[in-house]
Amino acid sequence: MRIGVVTFPGSLDDGDAARAARIAGAEAVRLWHGDSDLHNVDAVVLPGGFSYGDYLRCGAIARFAPVMESIIDAARGGLPVLGICNGFQVLCEAHLLPGALTRNQHLHFRNRDQWLRVESADTVWSNGFTAGQEILIPVKNGEGCFVADQRTLDELEAEGRIVARYIKGNPNGSQRDIAAITNEAGNVVGIMPHPEHAVEALTGPSLDGLGFFTSVLRALAGATAGGK
Amino acid sequence: MARVVVDVMLKPEILDPQGQAVANALPRLGVDDVSSVRIGRRVEIEFDGEIDLDRVNEIADKLLANPVIEDFTVNVAEVA
Repeated sequence: MRIGVVTFPGSLDDGDAARAARIAGAEAVRLWHGDSDLHNVDAVVLPGGFSYGDYLRCGAIARFAPVMESIIDAARGGLPVLGICNGFQVLCEAHLLPGALTRNQHLHFRNRDQWLRVESADTVWSNGFTAGQEILIPVKNGEGCFVADQRTLDELEAEGRIVARYIKGNPNGSQRDIAAITNEAGNVVGIMPHPEHAVEALTGPSLDGLGFFTSVLRALAGATAGGK
Repeated sequence: MARVVVDVMLKPEILDPQGQAVANALPRLGVDDVSSVRIGRRVEIEFDGEIDLDRVNEIADKLLANPVIEDFTVNVAEVA
C-alpha cells in the first residue's frame, strides 16, 4: 500500500508522517505541493507545520496548491485522506471538513502529551481503535480551537462524526472538546494532535498514534479483498 | 489604477481572544470605559484597469475570508 505524504512550503512533520507510514508497513510516497500528480497512492496524509507561513489564515493558501486540486477531487471519490494539525486546517479551508480552526482561546501555543478519547472507530483512519478507548499523543498548536455553528456541531454529534475528543484538559478551547472529526463518508479525517509523533517508544509518549496508520492499511486491505 | 479595500472581521458569534487580550490591556493605559475590542484584517487590492466588483467579491469569499468564521465588506477606494 502506498501512502502519499504532501510537502508544502513550510510543512514540518512530513518526514515524521512518512516514517510513521513506513513503520505501519506502508510504502511512503512523498508528494510535492506543486505537482498535481498523486502518483497512484492509496491514501494521503497532509502533515503538520506552517504551510505558506500560515499567511492569511492557516491552510488558506495551501488549499489552492496544485496537489490539493487533485486531492480534493480524489477525496470526494473516496480516497482516504488524513489531515494532521496544519493538514486539518487545510481540509477545513478546502471544505472537505466542516468548521474552522481558530486561535487557541488562551492565545498560547500548547505543546504537550495529550489524552484523547476515541469516539468513533467507524472511519478508515480509526478502525483499529475501539470507541471509548483512551490514547495519549502529542498536541502542539497555536490555532487548534475548533469552531462551528451549533447546528453543525449537533450534526457531527448525531452522525458519529466526532472521531476523538480531548480528555483530562482541553488544550485550546475547542468546542465540545473536539480533537478530530470526519466527513460524511468517513474517508477524510482531520485531527489536531499528532499521531505521527507517537509511533516509537524512543521519541513518543506511547505507540498509540500508530493505530491511525495501521487502520487505513486495514481498510485498504479490506477494500482490496472485497474486490471494491 | 483602481483600489479596492476588503475588510474582514470575525463573525460576532466567534470568540476573538486577540481582541479580548487587547481589551484586557487597556486599563493599564488608564482606559476603563471599553466594553469590547475586536480585531480584523484590512486588505487593499490594486487593479491595473477597471474594477470588477463581482470578481472582488469572489476573491474575498474564496480566499481573503473564511465564510465559516468571518464576514467581509468590499469598498472601492479613492486613489489620488
